[in-house]
Amino acid sequence: MNWKKESVRDAYGKTLVELGKERKEIVVLDADLSSSTKTSLFARAFPDRFFNVGIAEQNLMSLAAGFAYSGKIPFASTFAVFATGRAYDQVRQSICYPNLKVRIVATHSGLTVGGDGASHQMCEDIGLMRSMPNIAIFSPCDAPQTREIIKSVVDYPGPVYVRLVRQDLPTLTEGMDFRIGEAQVLADGNDITLIATGSMVSTAILAASELKNQGISVRVINLHTIKPIDLKTIVRCARETQGIVTVEEHTVTTGLGAAVAEVVSEHCPTFVMRVGVPDTFGESGEPDALLEKYGLNVETIVRKAKSILEVKK
Amino acid sequence: MLTDEEIKFLEEKALAVRRHIIRMIYTAQSGHPGGSLSATDILVTLYFKYLKHRWAEPNWSERDRFVLSKGHGVPALYAVLAECGYFPKEELLTLRKINSRLQGHPDARKLPGIEASTGSLGQGLSVACGMALAGKIDKKDYRVYALIGDGESESGQIWEAAMTAHHYKLDNLTVFLDRNNLQIDGCTENIMCLEPLSTKWEAAGWHVLEINGHNYREIGYAIEESWTVKEKPTMIIAKTIKGKGVSFMENNVSFHGKPPTKEEAERAMKELGDTL
Repeated sequence: MNWKKESVRDAYGKTLVELGKERKEIVVLDADLSSSTKTSLFARAFPDRFFNVGIAEQNLMSLAAGFAYSGKIPFASTFAVFATGRAYDQVRQSICYPNLKVRIVATHSGLTVGGDGASHQMCEDIGLMRSMPNIAIFSPCDAPQTREIIKSVVDYPGPVYVRLVRQDLPTLTEGMDFRIGEAQVLADGNDITLIATGSMVSTAILAASELKNQGISVRVINLHTIKPIDLKTIVRCARETQGIVTVEEHTVTTGLGAAVAEVVSEHCPTFVMRVGVPDTFGESGEPDALLEKYGLNVETIVRKAKSILEVKK
Repeated sequence: MLTDEEIKFLEEKALAVRRHIIRMIYTAQSGHPGGSLSATDILVTLYFKYLKHRWAEPNWSERDRFVLSKGHGVPALYAVLAECGYFPKEELLTLRKINSRLQGHPDARKLPGIEASTGSLGQGLSVACGMALAGKIDKKDYRVYALIGDGESESGQIWEAAMTAHHYKLDNLTVFLDRNNLQIDGCTENIMCLEPLSTKWEAAGWHVLEINGHNYREIGYAIEESWTVKEKPTMIIAKTIKGKGVSFMENNVSFHGKPPTKEEAERAMKELGDTL
């Protein structure tokens, strides 16, 4: 398909600047990655409200907490691997436990970080954040959705984690309604449901069209809010189609697939097949080559979808 | 400067606070007496003399902030807050019990007067820096005070915060270091040597003072001096005695995180001029 591509990081940085004009209580913190996370745009526009803390992510999160206690709305950014791994305890104790309005926006999540390799490919962040009380988790699929999410979370009544990728993403949701916690139905169908998030939504759409060519009617759901999860939509899909395939650029052990399986097994048991990063570390490589090697592609989605229909026959 | 009368008042308050600490930890049969007693005189001097705060209006926007980074010393803070009027003194004995607002470590969402949830050591100083930075950009007059432990100073995040406070010239930040020389496993210098502490903080760009952390006049002088320092945060290294005020708890590492038995609690209360 001929999709226009746009950087979600740029969308984040530019939206921050827009918001910063109106909302004087917004402050932005970064840990020496502002040119990559694009908080540098805010730093240039509002130098008095930007704080670079150096390579000190634990400090970054607790400082953000201090700002939130003082009535500010802090956005704290760094790579996903540092935001959720390095600073897990600070996110837990300094931010989530006191339920502070800190907005953690992490970039460079998933395998498509590419050449930096496994040390920087964070595929466990949704799982880490999902297990914590109070925090809401967002995973936008394109630049317009990133703008919607960043604007919507400014006044969210608790901590927020937004997961962005390094890669430019195809524009899929331009002009669509966005509401926190309400999954988007991108295509309707009755045989099988694909539930995708973030960078994998476009791959799910491509897989749906391939399945359609083979005579299979596919529903495509964009689950941009991982927590609080849209129980109603997931259960409706479980009830109205033969099964669900989840698609994410994250480990299948604790991410979107796990979350959907939890909902389905309690409310409407059905088949859930998970497409995502297997239970292994990544490696260096071109982003597309990595997605192919680890099976995050149309072929795997099609195979898993058809395997459900085989069993159900 | 503290007058003789004020010092007498602080002594009385400190005695009341130490009695509360013993009763609370004895009743809970869990908690940290040693580090609560070592920090008592600092907290009493702050809350009853220097801190701008209103017990009836805990969220008053112009108030000074106090962050207890060594969260396990919270029985001392609870006792001080109750003596100030933030909540009824009777509630002190609910410490660590189910449904209590007095959690084992401070919970800012449960109890008025608690400025920050702490407990995982090393984080509170960063939180205090965030509050001080927020005060700076809002051009507020409030000060931020924090208390860190000496054992806590072994954690890397303390030094991340130390650099931040220096870099951003946080002269609205006054920090006490409760230098009681002991941590759970023993003497700090045997576990992980901290000295030369004052040299380290000076090298980090802080204004450093060393005082006797049980001498109200010295505590007062140090706080007042910190107000005059420009473009630098102040670190007051307060030499204290772990378990201060109860002879058999003093410098006794076994009372770091162990409650007294009934007999010990009775003895302690007798030394503090009261009964259990």
